[in-house]
Amino acid sequence: MNKYYLGVDLGSTTSKAIIINEKDEIIGRGITNTRANYKVAADIARLEATFDARFNLLERKLSDEIKSHPENRRYIEDMKAVFKYLQFKKRLESLYAQLKQTVETTFKNGIKKTISGYVDEIISTVEPIIRGEYLNGNLGAKSQFFRDIIGEKYHEQVEKYNKDFFEPLMLAFDKSITPVENEMVEYDFVELVHESINILDEKYEELSNSNNDERSIHFDAELHLLEGNYKDVSDSLKEHIEQIANMDIHIANMVGTGYGRALLPFPEDCIKSEILCHAFGAHAIFPNTRTVLDIGGQDTKAIQVDSHGLVTSFHMNDRCAAGCGRYLGYVADEFSLSLNELGPLALDAQKEVNICSTCTVFAGAEIRELLNVGEKREDILAGLHKSIVIRAMSLIARSGGVRNEFTFTGGVARNQAVLKYITEMIYDSYGNDIKINIHTDSIFMGALGGAMFARRNLKADLLPKKNSKQIKKVN
Amino acid sequence: MSSKPEKENRKVEKEKSMIIQKEMIGKLFKDLSTAKETGKKVVYTFVPGNLSELIHAFDMLPVYPEINALQSGMRKKSGGYIREAEKYGHSEDVCTYVKCDIGMMLNGNIGPTGEKIPDPDLLLLSYTGCFTFMKWFENLEDLYPGVEIAMLHTPYQKDGEITEEMTQYMVKQLKEEVIPKMEKVSGIKYDETKLKGILENSVKAEDLIVKIFDTPKNIPSPIDAYFAGVYYIGPINIGFRGTSEAVDYYAELYKEILERVEKGLGPVTPEGEINEERFRLVVEGPPNWTSFREFWKLFYDLGAVIVASSYTKVGGVYDTGFRHNPGKPLESLSEYCMFCYTNLNLPQRIDLLSNCITEYHADGFLVNSIKSCNSFSAGQLLMMRTLEEKLEIPVGFIESDLVDPRYFSYANIKNRLESFFQMLEQRKIILAQ
Repeated sequence: MNKYYLGVDLGSTTSKAIIINEKDEIIGRGITNTRANYKVAADIARLEATFDARFNLLERKLSDEIKSHPENRRYIEDMKAVFKYLQFKKRLESLYAQLKQTVETTFKNGIKKTISGYVDEIISTVEPIIRGEYLNGNLGAKSQFFRDIIGEKYHEQVEKYNKDFFEPLMLAFDKSITPVENEMVEYDFVELVHESINILDEKYEELSNSNNDERSIHFDAELHLLEGNYKDVSDSLKEHIEQIANMDIHIANMVGTGYGRALLPFPEDCIKSEILCHAFGAHAIFPNTRTVLDIGGQDTKAIQVDSHGLVTSFHMNDRCAAGCGRYLGYVADEFSLSLNELGPLALDAQKEVNICSTCTVFAGAEIRELLNVGEKREDILAGLHKSIVIRAMSLIARSGGVRNEFTFTGGVARNQAVLKYITEMIYDSYGNDIKINIHTDSIFMGALGGAMFARRNLKADLLPKKNSKQIKKVN
Repeated sequence: MSSKPEKENRKVEKEKSMIIQKEMIGKLFKDLSTAKETGKKVVYTFVPGNLSELIHAFDMLPVYPEINALQSGMRKKSGGYIREAEKYGHSEDVCTYVKCDIGMMLNGNIGPTGEKIPDPDLLLLSYTGCFTFMKWFENLEDLYPGVEIAMLHTPYQKDGEITEEMTQYMVKQLKEEVIPKMEKVSGIKYDETKLKGILENSVKAEDLIVKIFDTPKNIPSPIDAYFAGVYYIGPINIGFRGTSEAVDYYAELYKEILERVEKGLGPVTPEGEINEERFRLVVEGPPNWTSFREFWKLFYDLGAVIVASSYTKVGGVYDTGFRHNPGKPLESLSEYCMFCYTNLNLPQRIDLLSNCITEYHADGFLVNSIKSCNSFSAGQLLMMRTLEEKLEIPVGFIESDLVDPRYFSYANIKNRLESFFQMLEQRKIILAQ
């Protein structure tokens, strides 16, 4: 039986899980927003990683067929999207029930019925919209977390109603979302896969029946290949899908890390510091790494490693949010933007407005002042991104500076504007010879390091015990 | 971490030396509380560069405001005192020893034993490596109008050496400024023979202290040279240097530690003995006093033992060979002041720490950077980086404060220390393979 290894990184903002095989290859990734209940967050991330691993194993298994038949690749992609939708739908059903219950217990009889009616209307309106977005791959760069997806749509609907109902409807949502998020929803992979296939059948059926004018707008070569052919594709893949769906993904060992690590239901020797895990993950992917910068949601870490991937020193900022990912989240809210829109907008700037506030909350006030005096949104955003990087550079300097090669990890490493400034400032301060590494899985680096520790089974028990013979006397 | 090192689960019995120390301190505070009745004069002065022997030569009693502040920190009273001082007008960023001390005075100046500490008859400022001391006494002068002040300027070891001119500059100040003031306040004539006798005791105590702080070179270390070390340096740092009591105390303590070495025993903690020494560390910087026990526990729970620390040298650096010299009393008092740890320049501090790391076979070097202490904190990162590069030793950096409980974040420090210990552990495992 193949052995797999799990790493879970329970961060302050997101929880990540990675599954690797015996060759240290990533075969599954799972991510969810961290909620009050760390155990649920860890379980969800782990479950997501397991599902992802099954799809990846399927793709690996079919790699030759996928290369020669692009429609097969498309079919699997579509199936993954439907699968995710079905997961979403299950949680939405749970939220709907919770909303009804909250309305029942929170509001007085006079208003209860009206609010309940609005809740029915909101859910029945947004569900098909979200379904469409999943099925047609229109979720784009937006957050894929349940809270964010449903929150945005719910809010849009509420805004359409009389403003007298705004507060009660938002109150109902706020009171309902947390218990639903903290609830572990059990999914049966096989069942969901079968259901996905049925929905896909319907989708392709509808596609064949739709008129040509509509389709020409969304012309898609791979989709075109599936048209009228989907049954054959489905039949040819079915056996493989069944096999993967029923496969036992045996987790031989696991390691937990991140802020919530102490709360993970893991044995004590399976808990490792996130400093070691980030460094180990970064070093495993880029073996020449000597300096690691990790900008996460609520902390920033600058880590120095040696040629073995061993940490020699580290510095952390966990006092000031103005140098972390949450700062960007706050800024996004101030501008009513999604987190993923910030970087691209900042890249459009003509100049960088100097942001003086060293405090996240006060930066909000500064942003409004700057908008009032006529500064452009893009230029302010550029300044904000630059200010995060300046703080990160100061932390790096405290930890011993940048040594070649430099690897950037954490969720913020996906932000292109941050990357731009990091690159500029590193070249400026440490020379153009520094090689800067960024991996597409940068946000998973801590979990990856954890999984790699798990595979190596490096336990503290291996510490050489001192015996009495070693005692030497100095009087 | 797989398992916590076992500690002997027994009630910690007080060693004889602990009882002696308690009695010494109790007597000092008793004498202080009755100073007005007995007519003893009281000198407020500071630990680094303290002139205990000279104070004893004039039969006066010393009060150390930093010691009172750290005692207030350990007794959980400093938070209130600091707030009091801030209300009085001191900024959030001022040294918390100063604010704690001022707050204590504003609250009736009740010392660690619950007895009142008398007002000063003399403020003796022998400021060594800490310029806040000067401002501190300026504030005390304001609180005790008309109090006599003697100021002894200690030249900084800028070039890492003490020249004849520097010593003569200090001796001149002692002769022309400090001694006349002491004569005036005490009403006693300066007696060099008496001072020489006192200095002979200092040498004996210093010899013993060096031997005591050498014992952590044993593996396992019989003592924790930081968390227990701060208790060991207590008597010489609160004015007992030069007394026969101090010599007796250190002789007893050394005897007890040698017994531990003989039996191969590890350090004693508030929760018993550490049976498995897992990490040997050298620590730079003072400890946090407000959460001293919790802070220590973060180390001993994981088998981390501090084998040497710079903080225990704050009241005098004796391990590099300095001893008071009864043959040249004023010159040696001067040199003592100039040799204090915070009066050393950064290369000297680096050398000192580097020798500790090597000679005490340390696995790692840790800095506890104190938010409100510039004299300690300035240059610590540079020192850390230099040691890391020179010795290829893993280094760690944590931040806290002396006595302001607002700046001790247990969770943050625990997270950093756990990462640091895992880092050391990982290194041991990988390098052993």
